[in-house]
Amino acid sequence: MSVIMNEDSRVLIQGFGGAGQREAATSLAYGTTVVCGVTPGRGGQVINDLPVLNTVREGVDEFGANIALIFVPAPFAADAIIEAADAGIPTAICITEGIPTLDMVKAKAYLLQSETRLIGPNCPGVISVAERSRAGIMPVDVYTPGSVGVISRSGTLVYETVDQLTRLGIGQSSSVGVGGDPIIGTSQREALQLFQDDPDTAAVVLIGEIGGTAEQEAADYIKDMTKPVVSFIAGATAPPGRRMGHAGAIIAGKAGTATAKQQALRDAGATVVESPSQIGETMKTVLQEQGLT
Amino acid sequence: MKLHEYQAKEVLADYGVPVPKGSVARTPEEAHLIAHELGGKVVVKAQAHTGGRGKGGGVKLASTAEEARDAAREILGMQLVTHQTGPAGLPVHSVLVEEQIDIARELYLSVAIDNSAGKPVVIASAAGGMDIEEVADSTPEQIHNQLVYPHCGFQPYQGRALAFATGLDGDLLRPAATLMENLVKAFNENDGAIVEVNPLVVTSDGQLLAADAKFSTDDNADFRHPRLVELRDTTQEEAREVEAKEAGIENYVKLDGNIGCLVNGAGLAMATLDALKYEGGSPANFLDIGTANSADAVVAALKIIGSDPDVVTVLVNIFGGLARTDIIADGVVIAKNEGLLPQPTVVRLAGTNVEEGLKILDDSGLDLIRADGFAEAAQKSVAAAADAS
Repeated sequence: MSVIMNEDSRVLIQGFGGAGQREAATSLAYGTTVVCGVTPGRGGQVINDLPVLNTVREGVDEFGANIALIFVPAPFAADAIIEAADAGIPTAICITEGIPTLDMVKAKAYLLQSETRLIGPNCPGVISVAERSRAGIMPVDVYTPGSVGVISRSGTLVYETVDQLTRLGIGQSSSVGVGGDPIIGTSQREALQLFQDDPDTAAVVLIGEIGGTAEQEAADYIKDMTKPVVSFIAGATAPPGRRMGHAGAIIAGKAGTATAKQQALRDAGATVVESPSQIGETMKTVLQEQGLT
Repeated sequence: MKLHEYQAKEVLADYGVPVPKGSVARTPEEAHLIAHELGGKVVVKAQAHTGGRGKGGGVKLASTAEEARDAAREILGMQLVTHQTGPAGLPVHSVLVEEQIDIARELYLSVAIDNSAGKPVVIASAAGGMDIEEVADSTPEQIHNQLVYPHCGFQPYQGRALAFATGLDGDLLRPAATLMENLVKAFNENDGAIVEVNPLVVTSDGQLLAADAKFSTDDNADFRHPRLVELRDTTQEEAREVEAKEAGIENYVKLDGNIGCLVNGAGLAMATLDALKYEGGSPANFLDIGTANSADAVVAALKIIGSDPDVVTVLVNIFGGLARTDIIADGVVIAKNEGLLPQPTVVRLAGTNVEEGLKILDDSGLDLIRADGFAEAAQKSVAAAADAS
């Protein structure tokens, strides 16, 4: 098992430029099955031993791709997501940052009537550690196999969390970066459900951020979870009305504040960490208390 | 990007949303001329990116063109301080001179993105002219919503539903529904982030007018709106942030502390501010360097941070994914050698190419405070700031 990525995952890279090629190489070296790249107009080339195709459809039909990892530039990324869905890819993971919100409104509406799950955009991707299956941009050295799942809006906070866990000897099952944009394919709540249903996961770290109400919706689900959740909300000290890098991270209204989110998570039974440097230690304590180590 | 009220009203008028007669003036004489054409009885409104302009002395009524000129003279050139601006306020370089209107009723109308629904939402309330957050908090039953369907658009019945809910019935029903449709069209075609009409006025002779308007657009869609981009008024933005943008650094926010921060990723950058505060320090800025694919980009960012007179120490906190720590290290070494970072500099590197990155720092022989891990980085920065100030 594990979440989203596993030994059967066959990764297609959409937007096979510099970043796509580099991350494909890292994933291949890690042990992931990467089958092809897609760059329209470059079909027929071979780059780093990987065939380059013109369309996602060819990647599905000829190479059995079932994960589309998208690096396509922002103005064209919504089109890339819809192309992946139309080709019947079960999971599209979009790394691209800066996609216009109204493009995502349309893409998301389209995805709801398709079979495709979208992770992101503006996310670090997904990795399942024991299976060595990686679709994303995360550094692989910090991971160690184990039973803690990690969910985050932010990429770098996934790495930070995983690093803290690994240094304390706590391994990870999978990490899912859901993305920092206002409109994303898979919510924190849905990601929690995936980890709750995953037999290889014993506990989950949920890293939220100021802005929006996604953490409150996640808290609503945590009430029903049997697995412990440790949570940190980034941006507690951010001034209201200032956008903190992520388009979604802006305090507008009381629900968007860190305090409101922390309260909702505590009320739901999650253990809320005040400082980002204590995420690992707190998980260690929670695992010990619950007899999960 | 935020538009001024007069710009927002020009956009809305293009879409058939009724707005009061008026025009923008940049001198008292222009204000005089516009007021004269409008019959003398006007309102003179400071154009600045903030709410609460009336309370801050930025909105004045005039009965004659001469009074309008005097009002404009008072307002133009002022630093407008409101509850939203902070003590420094915002400079006022233009005023909107508009006809006075006889108000029978004030309502609220806006279009924004509902993140959870993944769609734009039209929000209407009969409680206009007030802070809508307050209304939503104290009397949520006065707030009415309709989602905009991405593939078939805002339907006429949705406009009618909001009109009925806010008491815009009878002769006002059709004009109100049409106004909402047009507002949604303006939002969609200009990649709006939020468009807010507060108040939407019913005049004593039964006309609807957008008496005030705010319009913010999605920066990510600037590439397809070259004409909107020209409306940007950088005098309304923090000077250091404008400088950062010109150097290609999109995600810099000036804060009021003394520890300069260079971080990759918005989440880690926010968490770095949190960690510094938690350790008793105070960050001078938020800065997400992103992927930072050249040492030059790192140097440019450090230059912005290091030249902030409030900064007494700099923290570089990098967890490389797509970003490479060796490139970051190159940038730090160049910036330090060029004297762009006279302050003590704390460097914490982790992630992609970290061995190479640390070796670059070692080989430089520079006096850099190294930190292993997030907590240590925050603690050492706070200690360095305490020593330096």
